[in-house]
Amino acid sequence: MDFLTLLQILDSSLRLATPLLFACLAGLFSERAGIFDIGLEGKMLAAAFLSAAIAAVYGSVWLGLFAGLMASLSLSALHGVASITFRGNQLISGVAINFLASGMTVLVAQSWFSQGGRTPPLQGSGRFQEITLPFADALSDVPIIGQFYAEVISGHSALVYIALLAVPLSWYVLFRTRFGLRLRAVGENPAAVDTAGVSVIALRFAAVGICGVLCGMGGVYLSTGLDAGFGREMTAGRGFIALAALIFAKWRPWHALYATLLFGFLQAIALRPDVIEALLGFKVQVQLLKALPYILTVVILAGFVGKAIPPRAGGEPYVKER
Amino acid sequence: MQTMPKWADILLIPLINLMLAFLISGLVILAIGEDPIAALSLMVDGALGSSYGWGFTLYYATNFIFTGLAVAVAFHAALFNIGGEGQAALGGLGVALICLFFPWPHWTIALLAASLGAAAFGALWATIPAYLQAKRGSHIVITTIMFNFIAASLLNYVLVEILRPPGRMDPSSAGFPEATHLPTISDMLNAVGIPFAARTPANVTLIIALIACVAVYFLIWRTKLGYQIRAFGKSEPAAKYAGISSVKITMIAMAISGGLAGMMAINNVMGEAERLVLNSVEGAGFIGIAVALMGRSHPFGVLLASLLFGFLYQGGAELALWTSIPRDLIVVIQALVILFTGALDGMVRRPVEQMFLMMRKRGG
Amino acid sequence: MTAPAIELKGISKAFGPVQANKDISIRVMPGTIHGIIGENGAGKSTLMSILYGFYKADSGEIYISGKKTAIPDSQAAIAAGIGMVFQHFKLVENFTVLENVILGAEDGARLGPSLSKARKELTQLAKEYELNVDPDALIENIGVGMQQRVEILKALYRQADILILDEPTGVLTPAEADHLFRILEGLKAQGKTIILITHKLREIMEVTDTVSVMRRGQMTATVKTSETSPQELAELMVGRKVLLRVDKKPAQPGNKVLEVENLEVVDEKGVKRLKGIDLNVRAGEILGIAGVAGNGQSELLEVLGGTQTATGTVRVNGQEIDLTGALSDARSRRARGIAHVPEDRQREGLIMDFKAWENVAFGYHHEEEFNAGLLMDQAAIKEDAVGKFKRFDVRPDNPMLEAKSFSGGNQQKIVLAREIERNPELLLIGQPTRGVDIGAIEFIHQRIVELRDAGKAILLVSVELEEILSLADRIAVIFDGQMMGERLPTETDEKELGLLMAGMTGQEREAS
Repeated sequence: MDFLTLLQILDSSLRLATPLLFACLAGLFSERAGIFDIGLEGKMLAAAFLSAAIAAVYGSVWLGLFAGLMASLSLSALHGVASITFRGNQLISGVAINFLASGMTVLVAQSWFSQGGRTPPLQGSGRFQEITLPFADALSDVPIIGQFYAEVISGHSALVYIALLAVPLSWYVLFRTRFGLRLRAVGENPAAVDTAGVSVIALRFAAVGICGVLCGMGGVYLSTGLDAGFGREMTAGRGFIALAALIFAKWRPWHALYATLLFGFLQAIALRPDVIEALLGFKVQVQLLKALPYILTVVILAGFVGKAIPPRAGGEPYVKER
Repeated sequence: MQTMPKWADILLIPLINLMLAFLISGLVILAIGEDPIAALSLMVDGALGSSYGWGFTLYYATNFIFTGLAVAVAFHAALFNIGGEGQAALGGLGVALICLFFPWPHWTIALLAASLGAAAFGALWATIPAYLQAKRGSHIVITTIMFNFIAASLLNYVLVEILRPPGRMDPSSAGFPEATHLPTISDMLNAVGIPFAARTPANVTLIIALIACVAVYFLIWRTKLGYQIRAFGKSEPAAKYAGISSVKITMIAMAISGGLAGMMAINNVMGEAERLVLNSVEGAGFIGIAVALMGRSHPFGVLLASLLFGFLYQGGAELALWTSIPRDLIVVIQALVILFTGALDGMVRRPVEQMFLMMRKRGG
Repeated sequence: MTAPAIELKGISKAFGPVQANKDISIRVMPGTIHGIIGENGAGKSTLMSILYGFYKADSGEIYISGKKTAIPDSQAAIAAGIGMVFQHFKLVENFTVLENVILGAEDGARLGPSLSKARKELTQLAKEYELNVDPDALIENIGVGMQQRVEILKALYRQADILILDEPTGVLTPAEADHLFRILEGLKAQGKTIILITHKLREIMEVTDTVSVMRRGQMTATVKTSETSPQELAELMVGRKVLLRVDKKPAQPGNKVLEVENLEVVDEKGVKRLKGIDLNVRAGEILGIAGVAGNGQSELLEVLGGTQTATGTVRVNGQEIDLTGALSDARSRRARGIAHVPEDRQREGLIMDFKAWENVAFGYHHEEEFNAGLLMDQAAIKEDAVGKFKRFDVRPDNPMLEAKSFSGGNQQKIVLAREIERNPELLLIGQPTRGVDIGAIEFIHQRIVELRDAGKAILLVSVELEEILSLADRIAVIFDGQMMGERLPTETDEKELGLLMAGMTGQEREAS
């Protein structure tokens, strides 16, 4: 494998890691506040659809972004109402949201566009354009570092850079602000927050809202950045892989970045059977390559990577008790 | 202290939940520019209006009984098995292998063997996540979902590379031999002189599904194993105190669950398609979740909910045929049923409880 | 005349059909310590939760320093100068002391300045009230006594003038409790008002100025502590004369039924919870294990009951039992004649959602008498349940109800009936009367003594010293996973046991 191929794979790793990173950080905020969210998948799917649909109709990806965020946020609100207000089962609520998104996206896509549940392909201003970072062209001749900068770091759409910036930002919010302190506390022991005179419900809704925004961005990137349009079930289990990455990262923002980059790399390499064959010297079944991220998810969940302790109040609705 | 009568708990509340789900589904139909009332009457007509419709409704219901019971058994052990889809797919593989590679003299023996094969493959696919949950603490919800994806890849591989007869384009196995053909409901009814539409897929598996309902009832409520499963599901520390092994119960409950999901394959693979095709499960594994929730994890409830979803499925197919409402409407309805009967149960339950409390106060 | 720091007028609160508080009025003067005493379920905690804005009263008024005040939530209570130390601490385990103190009382959106301000103030408070804690220690790494100080500091940091403490000594050694009382005296001297909720008469007599007694949701009396006696308070609490001692004949110890040698337990985190325990229990005697909660007594019960693995040697009637392998589970223990009344009956001893009759077979569901062929013999189990309900006077007398619909005392009777009527060689019993009303306590104690007199071995674990002193024939004190020594109840007293429970041996005491 030559250096250029490696750069290409790393470049697509970063692209493929971006939706995972958004979803992983989304789950991070939600679970740190004690709300399990198995519905990341559905929220991404809904955002992917609505952003692509609006972008296709109005030709503006920014309008699409807004619509996508709204789609994701409304599902977040539903999850909040079910699991916070009515103290329902968070897993079941998440599963319902996934099916709701899965059915509604195709239903509405079919009713609007009649293209077999797809949106029309996006072009021009309907997609996020790639941004060439400063000096990328100038540096592209500098061996290794310059090439890496020009090929891998530069040339992505705005959402990729927003995802990367979201990592330190999440860290700062969670560990250096009052809001973060309270949010982490509510996921560990909501009674401590409640008796301190802070609303558990408001905090959890805030967390679920942030989760919705981040998930939405991940979905929007899928259909308007990574791809050029929405397709049935296009999230392909990314929401669940992000949850596994979250466990792998032990609910920490920087580690979420590393974990999702690893999954992104796996997905990228699965797209290049030629490279794998060249590396290993024999042909690997495409089906196995396709299943690889899912198998790795299981392996990570099986705890072959060390024990992960989730937030203590996770999954439990808060009931006032003495 | 009972806050409300039992009938309200097992009948009234699920009914209200269901009504809410249907109401919103109706709004969805309205929003995409169709008439919900006309749609409903088309569905009723198409699914229940003729023996032809019933032939399909009962066929789908058979699938959902198996997957619904699968989810219900796991629920009793407080395990959320979302892997019914993959387990049923593997069950299909089991059925295909049994039917294709052994010379069966008669369909009854073939059915028995295929049932065992389907259950064994489904159980195997469920016990791996069960083992990982029991021994390694991996979240069974995520692992069973992953196993759905892995099952899809595996079946793709098996069908494309191994079972596909030479020269065939589509990824599917060869047709099963004639001896494995299962009698359909119409065959059986016509034999005793009751007219029933031919060329409908409902088959003898329906009877096996009904037997499974009874068997699961006895298993859960009357046997020692069921007692242990329920105890474990209600309180893990208490189960440990009583000497009930969490590893054993998790594995057994999931094996039974996976086995039931796998047995769906005798209906769709052996009874209907008579060969193994890609994506043969068609979402029935997921519908099992809605069915189990609606049926309160009770076999009788599962049976009723399965009939309802069988109706919805066949009715939905009719809708897709005659209107511009796609079949995906069923996924939306399924989501709403899960949402209202599962996650938003408290929204309905609390006001109803309040109402009964008020009535009691006034009454005495 | 100064206005009372707190005045409650006609507070009532019902939970469904249960009237938790009935028309309660109370006045607490500033700068005093006021005790509220009552049995479990008398409504003390509900009343204080109303005062702290946790529950909303159905009717009644609250006056703070003479001013009528509405307390709809905890925020309002804090603003009114009320601080509360709950029985179960409300701390975030993996936060530092400092983070816990500022939680909800931060200055500004950024954490940095809040933390440095709180650090300064904490040092100040520590000096003023003898409340030393390491501000950077994680809560999960400090003892319960320290955690309680953090709770008090939290209240003081929020400038509370009125401090409510709910059963504060339940988790403390007698020495730690004394230290707490000194802190409370110090707070009182600074003009703070303190409300102490407890069911322990000794504490009321020791530190309070005035005391109110609650029974069944009502306030039965408010008196000056100096003008009352423990006997009078006990009668007011229960509504009749109470037997504080159990009537029992001297023990007739027989063979050694249980022999434990060098028992060690390491928990999931790798911490040693039992560090080489040696003990034995003979037939016909009760060995009481005294100790502050969390010193290894729970693990001891778990190992013997078969829910925890361990190393060392345990023999039952001379035969060694498996501590790690396939036969170390609870079912094997029962097969060896060990019955177990667990410390937490709601978490372990019963399936709360099961019917009571189903619970009667719990743990013994494999027994032949409960099974008929492939199925369980429901009729046989129900019949057994009816008999047990009668013999143990369980109320209401209806095994078809769910376990959760019985009161604490009656739930305990169900567990006790199940375990005692197995006629075990050895009965393990943890916290037999926790959360049980006084009437049921007498009954339960009698049954335990009867089993002893029938020649069975009993290992009793309780954090209530009084219970140990009155029931046990021998007392072993556990501290930090080690046995501190054995005493005979007739030759020791609460003071000596208290020192042992705090980990002080004879020599150390003489040295200090």
